Parts: sequence; C-alpha cells; structure tokens
Amino acid sequence: MNALRLIWAGWKFHLKSLTLSGFFILTSVLQPVIFATIAFLMFRAGAGDTTLLYVSLGSGMMGIWSSTLFGSGGAIQWQRWQGTLEYLIAVPPSFVMVLVPLTLATSTIGLYSLTATLLWGRLFFGVPFDVVHPLLFAVAIPATVIGLGLLGLVMAASFILWRSGANALSNLLEYPVWLATGLLVPLSLLPNWVEPVSWVLAPTWGVRAIRESALGGDPFFPVVMCVLLGGVYLVLGTILLNHFERLARQHATLSLT
Amino acid sequence: MTTSLRIFFIGGVTAYRGLINWLSPWIFIPSLVVTPIFQILLFVYIGRAAGVQSDEFFVIGNAIQYASIPCIFSMTHAIAGERFQQTLAYLLVSPAHRLPLFLGRALPVILNSIFVAAFALLVSGLILRIDVPVSAWPAILLVIAVAAFACTGLGLITAAIGLRVRETAVLNNIIFGLLLIFTGANVPLEEMPGWMEAIGRSVPLTHAIEAAREIANGASLGDVSGLLGTEFAIGVVYTFVGYQALRFMEYSSRKRASIQIA
Repeated sequence: MNALRLIWAGWKFHLKSLTLSGFFILTSVLQPVIFATIAFLMFRAGAGDTTLLYVSLGSGMMGIWSSTLFGSGGAIQWQRWQGTLEYLIAVPPSFVMVLVPLTLATSTIGLYSLTATLLWGRLFFGVPFDVVHPLLFAVAIPATVIGLGLLGLVMAASFILWRSGANALSNLLEYPVWLATGLLVPLSLLPNWVEPVSWVLAPTWGVRAIRESALGGDPFFPVVMCVLLGGVYLVLGTILLNHFERLARQHATLSLT
Repeated sequence: MTTSLRIFFIGGVTAYRGLINWLSPWIFIPSLVVTPIFQILLFVYIGRAAGVQSDEFFVIGNAIQYASIPCIFSMTHAIAGERFQQTLAYLLVSPAHRLPLFLGRALPVILNSIFVAAFALLVSGLILRIDVPVSAWPAILLVIAVAAFACTGLGLITAAIGLRVRETAVLNNIIFGLLLIFTGANVPLEEMPGWMEAIGRSVPLTHAIEAAREIANGASLGDVSGLLGTEFAIGVVYTFVGYQALRFMEYSSRKRASIQIA
C-alpha cells in the first residue's frame, strides 16, 4: 500500500512538474503535430488505402515515445543537475520506487501528443474520430503508458552510462524507434530483421493496441504484451539501477555531472 | 581592415570553439551524423507507404533540410551562449566592429552544416542506392553551401531572439519543424495550400532543395542558377535582418540594463 501511495504521489508531482516545462510541452504537442501534418499531406496525396486516423494515432504515439525517451533517458542526469539525486538515493524507499513514478509521468505526458494529433486531424484535415471499441481503447491507453513508462526506467538506468549525457543518445534513438515500431510505416515494408527487434519494444504493441481498438481488430493480445513487457522492463531496470547505484557509491560519483 | 579580418576569422573560430565546446564526438556523431540518416529513412519509408514521390526526392530534401540543425542551433548558441556563460557584457563593451564579430561566428557553422548535409546525402544515397552521378556532386556541394549560408542567416535571427528569451532550444525545435513542413523537403510545394506555398518560397532551403533535386536529375549549374540566386538572395536578406536584430537587441539590452539577464 505504501508503494502504491509513493507511486501515486510521485507520478502526480512529476506530471505537474513536466507540464510546466516548455521543452516537454513542445515535444509533446508541437512536434507530433508537425509530423502529423507532413504525414497527413503525404498520405492524402498518396495512392494507398491508409486512413488518416491510422496516421493520427501513429503520430500521437510518436510524441509519447519522444516524451518518454527524453524525459526518462535524462531523468538521472536531470536530478544530478538539480542537486536532488543524493536525496532521492538516500530516502528509505528503494531508488527504483522513486524513479518509476517519474518515468511513468514522462510517458503520461505523451498523452498530450495523442490528444493534439487527434484534435489537429479533426480540425484541419477532417479526420473523424470514430472508435470501434471505446472500452478497449480506454484500456489500451493506460497499458501503453505503463509499457512505455517502464521502458523509460530501463533507459533512465542505462543512458547514464553514456559518456556525454543522455540527450545525445535520446536524439539517436528517436527516429529509429519511430521507424522500427511501425508507428507510421507498416513493418512489412521494412527489412525482415526489423520485425523481431520490434517485438521487444513496447511502442510496437502500444500502437497496435490503440489502433486495433480504434480502427477494429483484436487489441487484447497487444495490451497483454504491453503489460508483460512492462514487467520485464521493471526487472531489467531494477537490476541496472542497483548496479548503477552500487558503482556510484563505490566510486563516489553520484553527484558528478 | 586587418583587425576586422582577424576578428572575423580568428575571433569567429575561437568563439565557436569556446561556446560549442560541448560538441564532442560523443554528441556530434549521434546527433549530426547518424540522426539525419534515420530522418531520411523515416520519410523514405513513409513515402513508400503512402505511395508518393521517389526515394531520391526524400533523400535530397531531408539531407539539405537537416543542415538547419547546425545552422540554427549552433548559430544561436555561438551568440546567445555568451549570455548563459556570463560573458556577453565583456563582448559588448569591446570596441570590435559588430559585423565581423557576429558574422565571423557564422563561418564555422556554415562549414559544419555543409559537412552534415553532404554526409547525410552521401551515406543515405548509398544505403538506398540513389543514383546521383559523380559529376553532379560539385554542383550539389555548391547548392548545399548556399543553403547553409541562407539558413545561417535565419540562425542569426534566432540568435538575436536568444539574447532576450530563455527557451532557445524550444524556439529552435519549432523552427526546425516548420522548415521540415514548409521547405518542400517531404511534400512538394505545389501540393500545399497557396498560403503554405507562399511561406515555403520565402524561407531558406526551399530553393536549394529544388535546385539539388534538379541537378541530381541531370540539370547543369546554369539551369538552376535562378533557384540558386534566389536562395542566395534569401540568405542575404535573412543575414541582414539577423544582423540588424542583433544590433537592436544590443541597443535595447543596454537601455534596459538587461544584458546579462538569462
């Protein structure tokens, strides 16, 4: 019960804090709207049968990935810069319990993206928002947020090892994951080796869950995959974080930027 | 004259090295070498999924458009960075002429942008087997150089704004995104609504992208001289506006005693 209260309080705090950041609002709202606009114009001019709602949901998911990537990837570095990392490590709850609400908040902030691209599509491109399975859609979204948030935990724990900071690594991973998880491009168009890679990435299942609940299909399996992958990420993130914490204590490098 | 040249060349390089000292290979390679290639791949595959344009269209458009990252971000940091490092006041009390002082910093930015765009074009062209004749490369490099110059003019404007606003990274990201839409890197201008096309024709990179596409399809430098001239003229206008904006910001910062306020 204490753990749940900690996650709830931390998630609310970080969500409010991230909402005040111009950078996050840009990443969450403007960037996906820009990519959605280009994609709408391209798909509208094209000969394919892809619906614009498919594009809208994919673009929104791109924003969820970006906010998770930049928010979680730089989480530990950010706490270092703020001078709060030592306190977070020193408090009685384990560090992973302190960090999980933050990474979940970064993926939750991405919901601004989904809302923004759906609204943008509706207002300027006349994209109807008719959801086939509204109830499953309501389940698919939190499952996706949890899956990505826990993937964020793995990134938070591993990006810190990159010599020059997490931002460069975040820049590096933004486009490849957009591409490899089929957010705007069907995986069947990509080289065969990409598909197995996509299976271990939560955005692949998240976008499938959201799309299949909105456009029709069976979102149950993707939702389950999001939650299962979330569990795997949680275990992996905990191991990495414990390792990072031990190293930082051993070498006395906790507060070093 | 000698002093101005020294400020332009040596001062420009020194300021660039000092203010962009964080651009180590660990940041440069992921952000400016690998990322543009993935941007190109993303749009190539979206183009294939949507059934529009050729791979070459997206490769050339996005490679040249990506020059805007170093042009805008580095140019902003090469000037507005003085404010964050608390050195702007010392710079502005110096008797140095402002034209070489500010424009000298643009030269390394332009060279960096040329490298970024040319490398992205070459590597993604090889990956996707785009057939750009070797004989077309010198002309394409010239087009990229003009594009980098024009976009650095836009960078001077954002640098001037950076002397006043705090969130320069946010501003630059917005401009990068708008250039992605309006330059015709991914959607031909003719397929955009009239007002979007009009904006597209007045921003840097648009004409250079068009010129590079024509050269890759066999046109000579003479055939695209009009487009190249327009791109250069746009660059001159943006550089002029950027320089005047910098002078205005300097003037108003002195008047409001807000030079160092970051």
